Amino acid sequence: MANRALEGIRVVELASFVAGPYAAKLLGHMGADVIKVEPPEGDLARRMGPFKGDNPHSEKSGLFFYLNAEKRGVTLDLRHSQGMALFRQLLKEADILIEDSSPELRRELGLGYDDLKAVNPRLVVTSITPFGLSGPYKDYKAYYLNTFHSGGEGYCTPGSLGWILYSERPPIKTAGFLGEHDVGVCAANATMGALHFAEANGVGQQVEVSKQEALANIIRYDLAVHNLGYNESRASRMFPIGGLIQCQNGFVMILPIERHMWDGVVDLMGDPEWLRDEKYDYDRIARSVMLTEEDVRRGMKDREDVNSFLQEWALEHTKEEIFHSLQERHCLCGMVFDAHDLVNSAQVQHRGYFVEIEHPVVGRVKMPGAPFKHSGTPWAVERPAPLLGQHNEDILLGQLGHSHEELVRWRQAGVI
Amino acid sequence: MATQPLEGIRALDFSREAAAPYSAMMLSFLGAEVVKVESKAKMGVVGRRMGFRYVDFNLNKLQVTLDLTHPKGVELAKRLIAISDVVIESNRPGAFGRLGLSYDEVKKVKPDIIMLSHSGFGQTGPESEYLGAAPVFAATSGLSYYTGYPDGIPTELRGTPDMRSGQYCAFAILAALFHRRRTGQGQFIDVAGRETNGAAIGDVLLDYTMNQRSQDRRANRDYTMAPHNCYRCQGENKWVSIAVATDEEWQALCRAIGQPELAGDPRFADGLRRWENQEDLDLIIEEWTLQHTDYQVMDTLQQAGVAAVPSMSSDELFTDPHLTERGFIHSLNYSDYDWLPDTPKPASDDILHFGMPWKLHSCPDAVRGRAPYYGEHNYYVFGEMLGMGREEIAALEREGAIA
Repeated sequence: MANRALEGIRVVELASFVAGPYAAKLLGHMGADVIKVEPPEGDLARRMGPFKGDNPHSEKSGLFFYLNAEKRGVTLDLRHSQGMALFRQLLKEADILIEDSSPELRRELGLGYDDLKAVNPRLVVTSITPFGLSGPYKDYKAYYLNTFHSGGEGYCTPGSLGWILYSERPPIKTAGFLGEHDVGVCAANATMGALHFAEANGVGQQVEVSKQEALANIIRYDLAVHNLGYNESRASRMFPIGGLIQCQNGFVMILPIERHMWDGVVDLMGDPEWLRDEKYDYDRIARSVMLTEEDVRRGMKDREDVNSFLQEWALEHTKEEIFHSLQERHCLCGMVFDAHDLVNSAQVQHRGYFVEIEHPVVGRVKMPGAPFKHSGTPWAVERPAPLLGQHNEDILLGQLGHSHEELVRWRQAGVI
Repeated sequence: MATQPLEGIRALDFSREAAAPYSAMMLSFLGAEVVKVESKAKMGVVGRRMGFRYVDFNLNKLQVTLDLTHPKGVELAKRLIAISDVVIESNRPGAFGRLGLSYDEVKKVKPDIIMLSHSGFGQTGPESEYLGAAPVFAATSGLSYYTGYPDGIPTELRGTPDMRSGQYCAFAILAALFHRRRTGQGQFIDVAGRETNGAAIGDVLLDYTMNQRSQDRRANRDYTMAPHNCYRCQGENKWVSIAVATDEEWQALCRAIGQPELAGDPRFADGLRRWENQEDLDLIIEEWTLQHTDYQVMDTLQQAGVAAVPSMSSDELFTDPHLTERGFIHSLNYSDYDWLPDTPKPASDDILHFGMPWKLHSCPDAVRGRAPYYGEHNYYVFGEMLGMGREEIAALEREGAIA
């Protein structure tokens, strides 16, 4: 196979659910050897759907399958002193530890950076927590819903048409576990930074990722209106003209952010009569960049008129037709793809975006593949997510050099 | 000892709008020197009309103006490439190549260069020339479709798909730089905004590939937890998120809201009952949260061991005591900034920015300076870095190559 960028780098992952495992997955697909350490009962993601065939079996979770491809797995009970000794032995040979322990567990197990530095001074220790390792909220409890809403995007979701239709309803989280994946990419970046530093200087360091801070960064573009003196909200998060528009068989995003793009829309609509009215002049509406609830209220009527004309027209056409025709006219537009549309898209297929991988329990499954294409050291997937404890022997006997007898004894004692 | 991970690395950022520029800022947070190269005639919508946004993802950078449709502009760009390690661009696929700056051309100037091209749909394929922007990445990746209320419509997303894609670009570059550090080899990286965004909902897409099912939109709902929602609080448009996973947390919640008898209500006796009756539960909880501010609810419930956090608005994030104590909020002075005429001016010369999304303990703070304005560093970059004389620079300005 082609060489990969992180070949020779050893990662130990002591993390569950999404963010930590996703960070390690990114490193793994670029060639790092990732050893996933699970407690005997397994990663939380094993108990979360979607499950193949709707069978809530610990080896059939699609969430786990996706997040843990390309890793080897070992089970260790770290509350057991022998389990901890084996874990430390793994760390001695590792370049990176990615961990997401709760504050209590970190204290109880001695997973603080000073403890780990004594084991391996070159080790990069990436700790992912809801609010970071310092500050008044450091010990606060937060599930995904809470961390997501602590980051700022929840408050602004849904904007636009969603706000117009459902303004009495609560703000919501975005699709799936999107925010957790965002934290994972952020943690992978921070880890790579520390790895560069270790490569240059021969020393590891502590890397701290607060989910709240990682997520606030994801919405920094939207929240920049803060500096104009406004609080971004669901009411203001929208475009002057267009945005989400319903059509015959679904929805499209129509974004004529420049005059020439609007000309494309007008051309496609066949230069309709209502455009003769100068109050619907593109420049007049689009130039009043709407930033506040007040602006929106003031400009809303004309925008609503324009959008309802657009809507009336769109309902006569399919999402595919509008998407391709507007793109051909150089207008920013995206049809709203569901999973079926995505898997069957000619562009997506041409790009080989979905990759198929064989799993001993789940069978052959398609999943999103490379999120980036490197010409020299391509992303690759060579193994499916590990079964629970699948590589115990491989790692403890082969890699750490223990005997079969020890392994049997530790199994009986519940260490592995 | 190098004090920053990317000390000595120079990145040329030819990209526009938000996604790829954010990736370059992330590299700057790790110590890279970033030179942003843009033309006043070709600047993106964000740069031209929304300077208050532009500055937020261009911190730490140097800025030069080059007209790449001018042959001498391209020549100068190549001189900059020759002293750089990374090139980032986000033109429509093919356009940069037509300017004479394809990867093959760039590689001739700097054989070990790492070049990243960011686009909406990728550098190859029948739709490669389609235009992309954050809301389009969201629409064409599944994010929009799967975000919303269960009985509602899909959701328009604005800037977040850009920042997300920028993060993936940064990772792709960091991996390539690591490979170069060990082997001396550069390479080309092709990133599509719709593909990075789609990668972040793998589990949703697997429900389709495994079970041929398109998931329902779920708003705040969880598969097993309840209560699990946002609740309206005292004040205008204030909300708090509350999530309960265990019986212990449920009982603690009942005590904390002064209704210990609820814990004995058969409708809410165990996790399954609570999930089935979550709409009743939501009404009861909201009756209580409405009497308190979002921060009061957080304080009270966290004290009781229940996960509760406000659905934070920008006002709250920029003044939050926790984030402030952690040094996450940076106030930078823009009194000498040259704002473009089309952009609304910030309310104050002191602009608040979020800091880095991580803390590396060896280099605690890498927010070094405010964002640059167009052409701010023309004399520094062309003069100091390329060794050009003032007259030479002025002549290129007159000819329109530096513009």
